[in-house]
Formats: sequence, structure tokens, C-alpha cells
Amino acid sequence: MEDLRKRLLKAEERISYLGWIKEGSEWANLPALQEKLQGLRDAFYEHSHEHLAEKIGALEESLTFLESRCEESLSPMERVRIVRSPLRFSLKDMLENVYEEYTELGGEEDANIDPALVAARASIARRVKNKVVMQQVMVIGHEKGQGEEYRQGGSTKPWGNEKALRYMRVAETEGIPIHFYVFTPGAFPVEDYPGAGQQIARNLYAMAKLRVPMIAVTSEGGSGGAEAVGMGDIRLMFSHGYYSVISPEGAAAIEGKIREGVKVPKDLLENCAERLAITAGDNLRHGTIDRVIQEPLLGARRDDFAFFRRVKDEMIRATDEVVLKTKSLRAFRAYELKMEKAGADDDLRGYVSWELADDEIGRLILYRSRKYRQMAIQGYREHLSTGAAMYRRLGRGLAKFYYTLRYDVLKSRHKQVKKVMEDVSGEGSVLIKQVSAPFTAAYDFITRKPGSRVARSSAGWGSSSPEQIEYGEIYTSSLANEDRTVSCPNADKHGCKDLWVPDLYGEFCGVCENCGHHFPLEYQWYMKHLFEPDSIREFNADLASINPLSFPGFDKKLEAARKKTGRPCAMITFDARVMGVDIVVAMLYSDFRNGTVGAAEGEKFVRACEIARIKRRPLLSYVHTTGGIRIHEGTLGVIQMPKCTMAVREYIDSGGLYIVVYDNNSYAGPVASFLGCSPYQFAIRSSRLGFAGPRVIRDTTGEDVPPDYHSARSALKRGHIQGIWDRRDFRRNLHKSLMTMGGGNLYYR
Amino acid sequence: MQEHDIDFDAILGRYRADPFAYRKVRTAHTGRLRCKVREGDEVVGPSGKFRHIPGTLLYELERERNLKRITSFINGQVAMVRSDLEGSFVEAGEHVLTIRHPLKKREIVEDILRQVLTPYTAPERAKYFFSLDLQSSIDKYGQRSVSIKPGDEILTMSLMKRDTPVYYDGEPGIIHSVYFKPGVSVDQGEPLFGICPKDRLPLIEKIITRVKAEWE
Repeated sequence: MEDLRKRLLKAEERISYLGWIKEGSEWANLPALQEKLQGLRDAFYEHSHEHLAEKIGALEESLTFLESRCEESLSPMERVRIVRSPLRFSLKDMLENVYEEYTELGGEEDANIDPALVAARASIARRVKNKVVMQQVMVIGHEKGQGEEYRQGGSTKPWGNEKALRYMRVAETEGIPIHFYVFTPGAFPVEDYPGAGQQIARNLYAMAKLRVPMIAVTSEGGSGGAEAVGMGDIRLMFSHGYYSVISPEGAAAIEGKIREGVKVPKDLLENCAERLAITAGDNLRHGTIDRVIQEPLLGARRDDFAFFRRVKDEMIRATDEVVLKTKSLRAFRAYELKMEKAGADDDLRGYVSWELADDEIGRLILYRSRKYRQMAIQGYREHLSTGAAMYRRLGRGLAKFYYTLRYDVLKSRHKQVKKVMEDVSGEGSVLIKQVSAPFTAAYDFITRKPGSRVARSSAGWGSSSPEQIEYGEIYTSSLANEDRTVSCPNADKHGCKDLWVPDLYGEFCGVCENCGHHFPLEYQWYMKHLFEPDSIREFNADLASINPLSFPGFDKKLEAARKKTGRPCAMITFDARVMGVDIVVAMLYSDFRNGTVGAAEGEKFVRACEIARIKRRPLLSYVHTTGGIRIHEGTLGVIQMPKCTMAVREYIDSGGLYIVVYDNNSYAGPVASFLGCSPYQFAIRSSRLGFAGPRVIRDTTGEDVPPDYHSARSALKRGHIQGIWDRRDFRRNLHKSLMTMGGGNLYYR
Repeated sequence: MQEHDIDFDAILGRYRADPFAYRKVRTAHTGRLRCKVREGDEVVGPSGKFRHIPGTLLYELERERNLKRITSFINGQVAMVRSDLEGSFVEAGEHVLTIRHPLKKREIVEDILRQVLTPYTAPERAKYFFSLDLQSSIDKYGQRSVSIKPGDEILTMSLMKRDTPVYYDGEPGIIHSVYFKPGVSVDQGEPLFGICPKDRLPLIEKIITRVKAEWE
């Protein structure tokens, strides 16, 4: 009877699981099955063993049929519910069933710096010719905790991601592969040090060049939180998982313009989940993941041991694949990969050591770079004729040759010669000075005119700078063409008088003359005031945003944005000159879809990094406004985070100087990746920046945030930025920063 | 003021008869006025943890095509609206409406204290701190156990990066209530603290207790 009782309980669990997925028990003949189960439960001891077994068997059969029917028609939102089910496996199940031994690092259970993120040293066993071989890995991932409140449902706090980074470094030191498991609905969006966005950016920046193989597998991939531990050399995904730019609820609230506190309609939610292309199949099709790990019917649960065995095989296979790709022995590599593809048993496969030599590490990083560079290339449009493409390639080749000759060959020789000359002249001048000093002193004494002073030498880099020309008069904001006044938002606090618009946007450059509050100005103002006239040479101007997911209604929105701005995407990239310094600029501006970043913007940014690299020029990211990653592009947008951060890392590592300046509003994905990873970040006064806006913070944490939570001053206090600049001094400050941070190595170290 | 001068029953009786404060709302500057409330409307003041959600919209004032929306700073009921001003151009400081604000127990106590205590006002718009000696005495014995007399150095006025000592010149007594926060700017003429002669302290405490006990 005991086994029958267990089977009945299992059947009950399966029914309630189906009810969970279908969000209610009214689907198909679920109510009838529930009734049947209730009847069996009530009269459990009244039936004979055989009769009961027969009845339970019939119930199980019906359930299996129903489950297969449900599986066939699983909607994306139902997949989301599967992932959020308390019965679904979590990281702890992985650690216990996929790995042999493990030790949690940086805390245990609730006594932990952040229980939502688990880092563990683990060993994974593989059979090689009847022998068991243990291999060491670092496992880092989110733990949802299935009801344990202290885990915050897998939402990692900033210090949790910092812990992840710390143990990534440990793995790097020890030369062991990292297995990432992503089980997060998103990062916990607080700005407390080290800051949600800042830490994700640091993690991405570090992972771009981490010297060990990384395998990332996603069950629940919620945007930025997922990226913090998701930059794998191979990216896997569980078949019933989801990987998305934003939670379906968040997307529905934005799309449907739902007010705070109002429940999102079910239909809208389903639609949004569908449009966001969040399933494993969608992600595989878009190339944001490499492979799918198949789960059993309606997703794996905590007791699906066959599934854990499969996960183990997949993780070993993926790690082998990454390692083998880097091997110099091509024949061995090819054979192994063939065996892997054929799905050969462990016994047939050879043992692959996961330790890498220096040249192999070089290849590992190179392949990683290439992998992310190629991601989401289908997400933008570029109208380029064959001739134009050839011309561009030729131009690029020539530029590469010219700048390599100029900076790598001639300049390094020049530098060496200069250094020798400086050393020699330094030594020589000391010698000559000793001999000539008495004569010079006597001459000076005789020829000195009364009251004359010795002129101070002009300090500076290279030649003394010519008189600085201000270009303020050449452009006046179109906002100034209105005869009215506006009030400063700080009027109550500082008693600012009303400002006459032609004065405010003309002479005052949009700055309140009393308190210094900066009113927003259009991006054109900066283009005219920041750079030397006629020094702007735009490139990749034809790269356009498209609607890669065919998101209904988005084409119209894109068209409207194009019409409004006359530009094809939210990023402008150009060469420019600031007080004689040549720089490359990537600018995100507000007029085009609120400066959101999609595949086109990401590609433009990466190309700007490449051009800055070829030309050996400092790179400035001026963020007029960014609202985050463009949700209409789904994970093709999210993938811009690692892609662009990789480009920044390569640019900085090759010797470039990268400066970021935030203005107006800068939030979410871009701040948590390619902007936030810059060592030198500044903000224009009165700007606001952070990871998530107040509403998202309220929804996630249940806490309200102070009105100045995202202000530039708060960001400065938190150590996010290095300084706050007045708009009117932007040009001077930028030049000063270029000279200070760049110094003698302005055009590359 | 002597002990017998204070008629507590009269004071309390006044609050009992009309437990409201009548706050006049005046225009901050000139402009065309559009009232958004009517007599009898309930209005609320700023709310939220950081008082960042503005209160009920009272009126709009437009000057030079700059529309300003003036919201209520206090909760209560609109007692009077100058409907004759509706749509007309008004001067600065014009009385537009009155809000009848139901007083809370704390507000009544504060109100009474302001009447019976001798206020010491800020000589300049500046930041104020208790002098070191006084602060250490307050820390040691508690605020209401420290008495001050004319000539005592009581405050440090921090103005334009200069610290100037402020000497007490009022009647001797103890510091009963403090109205300023260290490091926060106080406007000239605003009360900094209320002084109470030592012998009147038990009486004042009695009245506070009575208000607290009798008021709902």
C-alpha cells in the first residue's frame, strides 16, 4: 500500500504542477482528474490493492497524456511559470547531483555575504576507460532557494556579484574552468556600494579576458543580473528556461503603459512574453546561446536524476569543447570534437585535461572575442553597395597600415631616440651647468635690470597651447526661440527667480544662474560647442536599427523616430577634435527611442572602439541619455552588454584611453556594461544615473528611494563617477581630462 | 510673564472650541490665477517616505506663459476661496484661499509652548550649533537640566565659513524646546529655542501632560 500511496501523492503533485503552469485548474479535463484523485484519496482504504493500483494507473496514464498535450502547446509565459515553480531544480540540486564534492565559498546558507549567489569549489567525475577521474571546477551561480526568503529569489545584490568576481579571479589563479549557472530574475537593483550596475560592468569587464574556460548555462536569465555571471565561452540553456531582456511583467507594464500598482492584464502579459522571444528555441535561433540541454516533459524538477546526469555530460562535453578548440594539436582536436559530436560514451572518449598553456589561453581569449563580436549581427541593417564595402575595407586597411607605421614603427623609434636624447642632454646639461654656473651668475648679476623678474616657464604637454578659442557664439539652442519664462526646479529650495527662455537657452547655456541647475539641452548643442568646427567626421552613419523580432507595432515607432531625428539609430559615432586633441566619439542621444541600445547601436559602438584602436585615439562615450537596452530587440539587445564590454576591454588593453560622460538620464544595461566599465566616468551637473529607475526599485525591493537617489552627486558619493562637470566647462574639462589621464600617452601607451 | 499670567483653562478652552489652524495661502508672485479647489474640498499635503509626492493641486498661476501648479503644503479642508479672483491677474502676496487644518496633539503642544516660552531668535541666516560647553552639559545632564543666564556663550553661528560665538541676552531660564538642527541653515528671525524660567517648568510640564491626556 505504501508504494500506492506514494504514487497517489506523486499524481497529486503532477496535477498541482499542471495547475501552476496553466495558472488555474480549469484547463482541459484537469478538474475531472482532480475529482478522481480526491475520490481515490477519500476512499483509499476502502478499495482492494489491485483495484487501487488499476485506478491509480489509469489516473497516471491520463496525466501523462495531459502533460504531453500541455508540452506540445507550451506558451512562453507558461515556460516562465515552469521556471518560477517551487518544484523546479535549483543550483543546490546541481551541486549535489552533477558534482561529486563541493565546498561553498564566501558563506553558507543565510550566513553569507549574499545567499542569492553561490560560489563553490567542486569536483566533477568522468569515467575514462573504467577509471573515475576527478576534475576541479569553480561553480558560480544564483540560488533561488525555493521559498527561502533570504535568497531573494536569486536576485543578487551588488556585493553578491562582487563575490562572484572574487571567485572568478580565484579560478583564474588556479587555472580551473568555471561553470556558471544562471537562475536569476534580475539583479537586486540597489546602488549601495559597489552598486548593482557598476558591479555587473566590472564582472563583464573581467570576464572578457578571464584566462580560464567558462561555460554558462541558463535556466532563468533575467537581463543584467544574468550577464553578471553569464559570459561563457559556450552558452547553454535548459530547454524549458527563459532568457530575456526584461521580465514579461516589466515589458507589459512598459508596452501597455500600466500605472504603478495596477495589475497587468493576462493577455498583454502573454503577448509580451511571446514577442520578447525568451524561450530556448528563440535564443538558439538568434544565436545568443550555443546549445540547448533537453529537459524532461514540462521541465525538470528536483528529483529528475536522469536529467542531472545529462547536465553533467553536457557540462563536461562543453568544457572539453572549449579546451580542445584551443589545443595546438589539430588532429587530436578534430578527433575529439568528432567524438563529442557523435555523442560517444565517456569510456570511448579520451581524458581531456582542462589545464591550458599560455598560447592556448591566448587562443581561448581570441575565440571568445570573435564569438561575441559576431553576436546579433543580424539585428541591424547596413545599406552598402559592393563597391562601397570594398572602398571601406580598402580605407580601413590603409588606415591600419598608416597608423601602425606612424605610431608603432615611427613613434616607438622616435620615442626611443627622444628618450636617449633626453638622457644624454640631461646628463650633459648637469655637466655644463657645473662648469658654467659661476660665469652665468656673474653675467646675470651684471646685466639684471632693477625690478625685472624671471619669467615662469609655461607648464604643459608638448608645445605651449595656442590661445584657446571659444565657439559658444556659433550655435544657439532652438529651445531659445520662445518668448516665455520657466521656473527652476530648485526655486523653493534656493529661491531661484523665473528664467526667461531666450536668456536661459541662449546666454546661460541652459543653466540656472542662481543655483546652477542644468536644464536639458539637445544633443546638437554639444556637437557644436564641444568640438572644433568642421572637425566632426561621422562614420558608419548608414547603420540602422531594425525590428529583428518583428515586434508588432515597433516598425512604426522606429519609422517615427527616424522621421523625427533624420537618423537611423540612437548612436552617432564620429571623429572630432577638442582643443587640438583628436578623439573618437560615440554618442547616445535621447531623441531616438530614448537613447536605448539595440544591435545597431552596439555594432556602431564596437566599430567606434575598433576605429579608435586603429587610429590610436582616445575614445569618448558621451551619453546624452540612455534608457537602457531596447526591449523590442529581446536578447539581441542584452547581448550588446558583453559584446560592447569586450570591445572596450580590448581597446583599453591595447593602450587606449576611454572616458565616459553622462548627461540627463542614463540607466540600466549600458551603464551596467560598456559605460560603467570605464575607469574614468564623469557626469554633467543635474544629470541622473543608475541601474534601475525608482519604480523598478520599489517593485523589486518594496522600498521607496529618496528623490536624489540617482543624482550625479549621489553617484559621486558612491564612487561611481569621478567628477561633476558644468556644461559650460565641458570642453575645457574634457580637454583637461584627456591631457591628465592621457598625458604623454594620449595617443596610446 | 508670571505664573498667574497664564490662564491654562483659557488656552485649552480655545483649542477645544476650535481645534483647527487656519492657514492662508497667498500667491508667490503676480500672474493669472485659476483655482482648482472649491470651498469644502478636502486637501492633502505632501506625502511619501521622503515627502516627495506633492499634495492636492490648489491653484495655477500663469505669468509670462509659465504655468505654475501650486499644491497644498498641509492637509485639511478648504475653508474659503476667493472666487472673485478666478481668471484675473493678481498681485504677489494676494490671499487666495484658506485651509482649515485639524490640529494634532503634537501641534497643539507646540503651539502652546510657542506662546508660553520665550523664544530666542536667529540673529542672522546661518547654521547654528550649541557652544561646546553647553553641548557637553546637555549631553551630560540632559537638555532641561541646563540653565542659561545673560552673558553665557550659548551658540556658535557658522556663517560664510566663519564661526562666531553668540552670547545670551534674554531672561535666565532653561532651554525647553530646540527648534533648529545642527548644520541646517536657519533664516533670520526664526526661533532657535524656547526659554522657560526654571520655576515655571513644572507648570509647563503640567499643561503638556494635560493636553496629552485630554486630547484624542
